[in-house]
Amino acid sequence: MSEPTVSELDSLPVPEVRALAEGGEAKVAGSAWKLAAYVFVENRLAVAGLGVVVFMFLFCFVGPLLYHTDQINTDITQFTLPPSPAHPLGTDNVGYDVLGRLMVGGQTSLEIGVIAALLATTFGVLWGAIAGFVGGWLDQVMMRIVDSMLAIPTLFLLLVLAAMFVPSLPMLIFIVALVAWLVPARLIRGETLSLRTREYVDAVRVMGGGDVRIVLRHIIPNTIGTIMVNATFQVADAILTIAALSFLGLGVPPPATNWGGMLSNGVSYTFAGYWWLIYPAGLAIVITVVAFNLIGDAMRDAFEVRLQRR
Amino acid sequence: MSRELVAEVEAASPTRKGPLLEVRDLVKHFPIKGGLLQLPVAWVKAVDGVSFDIQRGETLGLVGESGSGKSTVARTILRLIPPTSGEVLLEGKSVFKASANEMKKIRRDMQIIFQDPYGSLNPRMPVGEIIAEGLVVHGIGSPKEREAAVNRLLEIVGLRGQHRGRFPHEFSGGQRQRIGIARALALTPNLVIADEPVSALDVSIQSQVLNLLSDLQKEFNLTYLFVAHNMAVVEQVSDRIAVMYLGKIVEVGPAEELVRNPKHPYTQALISAVPVPDPAYRRERTVLKGDIPSPINPPSGCHFRTRCPIATERCAVEEPLLRPVGKDQIAACHYA
Repeated sequence: MSEPTVSELDSLPVPEVRALAEGGEAKVAGSAWKLAAYVFVENRLAVAGLGVVVFMFLFCFVGPLLYHTDQINTDITQFTLPPSPAHPLGTDNVGYDVLGRLMVGGQTSLEIGVIAALLATTFGVLWGAIAGFVGGWLDQVMMRIVDSMLAIPTLFLLLVLAAMFVPSLPMLIFIVALVAWLVPARLIRGETLSLRTREYVDAVRVMGGGDVRIVLRHIIPNTIGTIMVNATFQVADAILTIAALSFLGLGVPPPATNWGGMLSNGVSYTFAGYWWLIYPAGLAIVITVVAFNLIGDAMRDAFEVRLQRR
Repeated sequence: MSRELVAEVEAASPTRKGPLLEVRDLVKHFPIKGGLLQLPVAWVKAVDGVSFDIQRGETLGLVGESGSGKSTVARTILRLIPPTSGEVLLEGKSVFKASANEMKKIRRDMQIIFQDPYGSLNPRMPVGEIIAEGLVVHGIGSPKEREAAVNRLLEIVGLRGQHRGRFPHEFSGGQRQRIGIARALALTPNLVIADEPVSALDVSIQSQVLNLLSDLQKEFNLTYLFVAHNMAVVEQVSDRIAVMYLGKIVEVGPAEELVRNPKHPYTQALISAVPVPDPAYRRERTVLKGDIPSPINPPSGCHFRTRCPIATERCAVEEPLLRPVGKDQIAACHYA
């Protein structure tokens, strides 16, 4: 067996110029990403959704730098004040400024949403890709684990987990991710089953490439559309899940809060007419979740168009 | 190069006599699983005892209709699917008995060109990376050197070096097939298995790719196993042709001789089906009845007897073995 080197390739003669002319030019279409981005931008709703998400992040993370409020010490003399120039969205039952609280609570909601979605997606994708790629009994075992976890009602599982562990930010992220990774795992396993029989996977095998290379460089990149779409929905779901948990009193401990916690807190005052304790937090949840869903939908379209034009 | 390597190179390549590839009694049976326990209930005898040699620099055409097992032969030789039994030797070294490390070395010496120019290139990878991947896997060259190699390879197959950053969907079918060829050449293999490399292409593009393949063979002293169902294509590129039917080789011979003077009735039928570009030309057509029988339960004796125009009772009882029927020509028929 001769030792092929790159310099050896250099010295190889180009057979004939004839072949060059026959090969011809390539179409200029840009990468798959550019195509997908083009389709995405065409979708007005999605661009609006993206705008809302960007605004929400700025509002929650940059807002407190411009709009200073005390979100640690309560001020019981200033409770449930209606909106006024000093407090644009009023104050809550312990005297926190609601606008400022919306920013701080949003930080928690968005942090948990994004980090839990990332964790769940990463773990789910690897789990599904390994199960689908290796197949056989390993696939059976791994997927039965997913099935049995899916069989437990989510809210019940969340309640048990939240009651078992002391609710802290990392713990909440972990709990949300724990119920969320199952869906991407199933999705990616299904795609892997069809992708692993593709000829470009055989080509890597013939080169001597290993399983790790095949999964990481060939199978997972080809599920990127599914992954991105699912991850976007995961963020929205995680924000809702954490809101639901907080509503049930299992959220982050005070003085920290999140939108769900604010909502839960305000609901006690529904009949007192303190609308500023309910609507801001409720609307923030709804608008953010809808925005993420719009982005997810548009990404699904964008990636499918790429496949159609293939 | 280290001294061991020099010794290895001398021991292996040009001084070694004998064929580059030897296939001995290759058998591949696929299980059909059924029942509660998913145990094999039947076997698809896709390849049922196939033997042939390929000499250095030679092109062996492997023809047969769909389901004859020719692609399975190609894939089993490459160990893309595990063999049921048999032996494959590349430069005298066993492919099936090779350890993982030995196999990785052997893989550099045999590459494949696929049929489907769409499914065989990763749509998410720029063509430069697709072509360079083999070099990366074997740790050959620095990133700079690999880029130079990719440019070189793209030019060799008639594309441009600047194309390396583009994605497969930006190329036509013929261009993609050239990319697939460049990928196969990147590891400077001796043996290239071409699995129906032109059957998915337009007829006008087919001849371009076939010309490219034969140019490359001369330049790089390649050895081809050329798998195809189209007798006209195989005749054009092959030095020798092997005809497969239902998992077995029924005839082997020098291309010209086999086409001019086919001995096996199946080969005769295949050749009589090749269109001749002359409207005035009339010839005797051997038209086969029915379809290829199921490889789960092939006919007794001669597998071809159910469709053979000259079959007799003997053919149902006694399986014909490959035997010399002319100069360098062998056929498996009692009446050849």
